[in-house]
Amino acid sequence: MAFVRFTDRPAFRNPWAEFERIRHGLDELSRSYADTGRGQGRANVYPPLNIYEETDKLVITAELPGVKTSDIDLSLEGETLTIQGKRERRQADPGVSYHRREIESGGFSRAIALPSKVNPDQISARLANGILTISLPKASAVTPRQIKVTAE
Amino acid sequence: MTDRELKIQDKRAAQPGGETTKSEACFAPHVDIYETDQEVTVVADMPGVRVDGVEIALEDSILTIQGQRAPQTQTGRLILEEYECGHYLRRFTVAETIDQENIAATLVDGVLTVRLPKVVPAQPRKIEVKLG
Repeated sequence: MAFVRFTDRPAFRNPWAEFERIRHGLDELSRSYADTGRGQGRANVYPPLNIYEETDKLVITAELPGVKTSDIDLSLEGETLTIQGKRERRQADPGVSYHRREIESGGFSRAIALPSKVNPDQISARLANGILTISLPKASAVTPRQIKVTAE
Repeated sequence: MTDRELKIQDKRAAQPGGETTKSEACFAPHVDIYETDQEVTVVADMPGVRVDGVEIALEDSILTIQGQRAPQTQTGRLILEEYECGHYLRRFTVAETIDQENIAATLVDGVLTVRLPKVVPAQPRKIEVKLG
């Protein structure tokens, strides 16, 4: 499930940069007709994710209401992070009549191609108030290093 | 029914009473509402809301469920945004007479459950017919 926007990468030394730019433009065009959300990238696989990039780590958040910690399965294989899990249907007592039924239950599975190398030993994830937050520290090779400029 | 695949449900924007002064997004949470002889139960998905951010009010038989989301703590560049964060608000007109004093609510894993007990439990009444 590759959905990383390659166009965010620096364009230099990329022979496909121009094609990417055109494709991006076309994506933008089709998106403006389809939805009105502000800068929202449409996901078609549950759960929708937000990914934040900090200098030394990636943070992935997902809204997973009603999902228990024991029902989430996270795994990392190479640079692909897989989130799997299920949301159990609440046991309805006999004799209840439903007026509205908008909450769905079921399983989900999503694979994410991480935009940079991460350190697999330091990944942490927590689930609080129905929000899953996965913190993936970048591998030391891709963490930007500050270089001091000294005056002579 | 765990063999079914979960689908993404669109977030619907909710309209507060008046226009808000802050430009914060507000969504109508997805709900399940069911009724027994004794009570009406409202279940609402409110991920990201803490217990102290929930407000439930029942006035003039209008039930208002409000969830203030904890402020965003995430820093860094947003490289993928597939969902928007916002507060939650939804109103329902409750037809039954509800015992205001005994409304109970729980918040587990981002799911709010509000139990609204009915004032007079509808007891099934049997009318015996006597032989004259």
